[in-house]
Amino acid sequence: MSNWKLICPLEDIPQLGSRVVQQAAGGDIAIFRTSEDDVFALHDKCPHKGGPLSQGIVHGKRVTCPLHGWNIQLESGEAVAPDVGHCGKFEVKVEGGKVYLAV
Amino acid sequence: MSKPKLVMVGNGMAGVRTLEELFKIAPDMYDVTVFGAEPHPNYNRILLSPVLAGEMKVQDIILNDHDWYRDNKVNLHLGKKVVKIDRVKRQVISEDGSVESYDRLLMATGSTPFMLPIPGNNLEGVIGYRDIADTDAMIEAAKHYQHAVVIGGGLLGLEAANGLKLRGMDVTVVHLGPWLLERQLDEVAGKMLQKSLEDRGLKFLLEKHTEMLIAGESGRVAAIRFKDGMQIPAELVVMAAGIRPNTALAEASGIYCNRGIVVNDTLQTFDPKVYAVGECVAHRGIAYGLVAPLFEQAKVAANHLANYGIGRYTGSVTSTKLKVTGIDLFSAGDYMGGKGTEEIVLNDPAGGVYKKLVVKDNKLVGGVLYGDTSDGPWYFQLLKDAKDIHEIRDTLLFGQSMVGDVGHQGQSSAAAMSDDAEVCGCNGVKKGTIVRAIKEKGLFTLDEVKKHTKAASSCGSCSGLCEQILASTLGGAYQATASDKKPLCGCTDYSHKDVRETIRSRHLITKESVFEAMEWKTPNGCDKCRPAVNYYLISTFPHEAKDDPQSRFINERAHANIQKDGTYSVVPRMWGGLTTPAELRAIADAAEKYNVPTVKVTGGQRIDLLGVKKDDLPKMWADLNAAGMVSGHAYGKSIRTVKTCVGAEHCRFGTQLAMSMGVKLEKMLFDMYAPHKVKLAVSGCPRNCAEAGIKDVGVIGVDSGYEIYIGGNGGIKTEVAQFFCKVTTDEEVMEYSGAFLQLYREEGWYLERTCHYLERVGLEHIKGKIVEDAEGRKAYYNRLLDSLKNAKDPWETSREEKPIKQFIPIRLEA
Ligand code: SRM
Ligand SMILES: Cc1cc2nc3c(=O)[nH]c(=O)nc-3n(C[C@H](O)[C@H](O)[C@H](O)COP(=O)(O)OP(=O)(O)OC[C@H]3O[C@@H](n4cnc5c(N)ncnc54)[C@H](O)[C@@H]3O)c2cc1C
Ligand code: SF4
Ligand code: FES
Repeated sequence: MSNWKLICPLEDIPQLGSRVVQQAAGGDIAIFRTSEDDVFALHDKCPHKGGPLSQGIVHGKRVTCPLHGWNIQLESGEAVAPDVGHCGKFEVKVEGGKVYLAV
Repeated sequence: MSKPKLVMVGNGMAGVRTLEELFKIAPDMYDVTVFGAEPHPNYNRILLSPVLAGEMKVQDIILNDHDWYRDNKVNLHLGKKVVKIDRVKRQVISEDGSVESYDRLLMATGSTPFMLPIPGNNLEGVIGYRDIADTDAMIEAAKHYQHAVVIGGGLLGLEAANGLKLRGMDVTVVHLGPWLLERQLDEVAGKMLQKSLEDRGLKFLLEKHTEMLIAGESGRVAAIRFKDGMQIPAELVVMAAGIRPNTALAEASGIYCNRGIVVNDTLQTFDPKVYAVGECVAHRGIAYGLVAPLFEQAKVAANHLANYGIGRYTGSVTSTKLKVTGIDLFSAGDYMGGKGTEEIVLNDPAGGVYKKLVVKDNKLVGGVLYGDTSDGPWYFQLLKDAKDIHEIRDTLLFGQSMVGDVGHQGQSSAAAMSDDAEVCGCNGVKKGTIVRAIKEKGLFTLDEVKKHTKAASSCGSCSGLCEQILASTLGGAYQATASDKKPLCGCTDYSHKDVRETIRSRHLITKESVFEAMEWKTPNGCDKCRPAVNYYLISTFPHEAKDDPQSRFINERAHANIQKDGTYSVVPRMWGGLTTPAELRAIADAAEKYNVPTVKVTGGQRIDLLGVKKDDLPKMWADLNAAGMVSGHAYGKSIRTVKTCVGAEHCRFGTQLAMSMGVKLEKMLFDMYAPHKVKLAVSGCPRNCAEAGIKDVGVIGVDSGYEIYIGGNGGIKTEVAQFFCKVTTDEEVMEYSGAFLQLYREEGWYLERTCHYLERVGLEHIKGKIVEDAEGRKAYYNRLLDSLKNAKDPWETSREEKPIKQFIPIRLEA
């Protein structure tokens, strides 16, 4: 069963930006908001060399890692070709203007 | 509603490229049907030569496999030749009776080899050289027969001859002209080429008229006879005496043709429903026979098929390269010269090198390189950019590479590199890997190479080498685009220049309005274009356009440099490299309080605190601000440091107060954003201890005032700054340097440093606007001061404008 946790109001994440959620264990989670207000959550760890994806530039439904520029698909966590790699994803939802994360 | 139908006749390089371009911008617009007379999916025809030479296999040269057609939902008719177009019913009919109707038709039928109208030209064993079937026929013939004759000493003929020779045949090339490749080479180079091919065992008969081909007993061709009575054995005859655009089908259906299917600048034929691209086309009277121009046509045609209506094809300058391994030959543009042109020539027959550059009105208009072609792409770029070369004329012939970029063993010529030499030092990519990717994946542009191999995708210093590798692997298929036409990134076809000009002329002040006005292909750009557009907006309309933090790279958003482990580095400004015990104490306190693991003196005369956690940044900066220190912008495309020497303040040789001059400049430029980072230095005398010779602006004190140098760079490619002007007062130093930097801010393209900007526009242009025009200079200077008038420490701005949430992680309790 998913255990939904209230994270923050949607407006606390900038459009085309992100926030970092720190877990007690299991590493940081990056929550992204697109220009259409879709929200996605990925492990804050690039499949290339572990760069913090939360610090990247968000465009469309992708984020560009700040360290060496890999592009990661927000929906699936897959790296965009020709790079190959996968980044763990988490369930998120927005309800009543608030962001919830399933952990 | 059903989609409109697009039918394409001819499944070759130009046609399929058009579909690829179309699918990129309007993937679901049409139901697409393709007819191809050959039984193969689209392949790289150019590489038939290496296939014949035994260097590649047919399966290696497929560009679009069956999956590609399926994935793009293309209804594919292979091995079916279209025999009729009914323009009234809007239908095409193929040999086997298949009928497809169209709303738009794309003709891409290519061309066919010209078969000399002589007796015997239809005998068995007499072929053209155009497709896989011809190539297979040659490979097969080489197994059974001895004597081959190639008619035509052009590019195609020589590649055929070389391949047949490598397959063990005895090959004679018959040529009507006085020297080989007379359409690409002048006589000297033509003769040098002949000599090296003769050394490989090829035979040549020049200025020979073929009279007839003679059949042997089996009915297969056995000999060739010339008008002068001479006769030689020939069991295989390859006609490579030119090509003829395939216009029969178009002509029969009443579409106007004249040496090709006649099209306008949007690749539309006289029937507005019918478009045409490729070798079958005559555009402004020219039918091209190389792929680079055809690909340019494809791009424009796709844009119009997608109903965007942007872009015109206005013709191409072409360059060629012979694809015979071991022979380096390059020619471009008007290589013969003539009235009104001058020639710069280097002729070293013993060394096997010949270079001729043709110059007209101080511009390069053509050239031939034989033996050493490594600078071919560079010359071709100069030619396409129509660059004024008079400043570099003395050294033009010796090529681009007086100084090599660092990081690839000083090599500046791809030709000289072995396959396992490292080209890209950042990503560890070897030359062989790049060559293989180009061949196997069918890559044609630097962008594609970057994407598929990662080479040149980080610091970019090897871009030039990668372009050379592309050019030498692709031959004439290599497209050098004029620099001011190169698309900014994959999200748009517009260049930096177009974007800048549109923002200015249409007074755009948000990224959304730019994306809309210029029909961006992506909803909100990418990591390449967003920062560029953001810079153009805020530099063009300083107090009007609002900075967009989400369009900035993380360093500029966090006002600190991100490190490999995700921590940050903090570099407080030390004006002119000067500091005080109080500042040092504040830095020491901050370092202790926030457990900074590394404290280092930078190459820019200040102190770097490395390894700071992101959530500590605001607190640390609050402390540093309180001690009177501000951000050093060690992270931004912005003013970095003004390096100084001790100057006349202390030094026994000092002629000017270098420290105080440096501090004044740094204060004036504080918080200045630019296309790329900007570094200055002020030295008190020509001993130049502050290294002003490799700075964007270098100031050197002399007894009577200051000398100002611009466009230096100490980074990837060391570039010595050029003398700009001499002034007498401190105020003039500020005004001239400030005005120059403002000009760079207004004209430079994003990520172009001053040295690259200077190389692009030329020193004369800059001097004309800043040194020679006093009023203009003042205007630039005032615009700089105006845009910096409210400059504040970025940390102060962050604190005022919004809660700095980005620095505060959300903690999730277990
Ligand atoms: C800290 C410092 C090295 C040091 O410990 O000395 C440094 C560190 C970096 N340099 Fe540098 N450069 C530093 C002085 C230099 C110098 C020397 C100088 O300024 O006198 C140069 C050559 C001079 C020049 O720029 O012309 C230099 C040429 C580069 C280049 C190549 C630029 C070029 O146009 O060729 C890059 C790459 C870039 O900017 O795209 C670069 C990029 C970088 C980056 C920002 C790489 C990055 O994107 O992360 C490094 C950040 C490390 C970090 O995390 O803090 N750094 N870098 C120096 C900071 C100076 C300062 O106080 O601001
Ligand atoms: C051996 C060789 C080496 C070459 N080397 C180079 C080089 O180094 N650099 C360079 O730039 N260029 C080179 N070229 C030229 C280059 O290959 C052509 O410019 C390019 O392929 C032309 O593209 P296209 O689409 O116009 O024609 P094509 O690629 O010829 O495609 C046309 C297709 O249409 C088909 N077709 C014709 N009529 C019909 C019909 N009625 N119905 C159905 N299908 C039809 C044909 O069968 C063919 O497959 C070389 C060509 C050859 C043959
Ligand atoms: S500090 Fe500069 S030279 Fe050193 S590794 Fe980083 S970018 Fe390269
Ligand atoms: S760590 Fe993300 S691209 Fe290298």
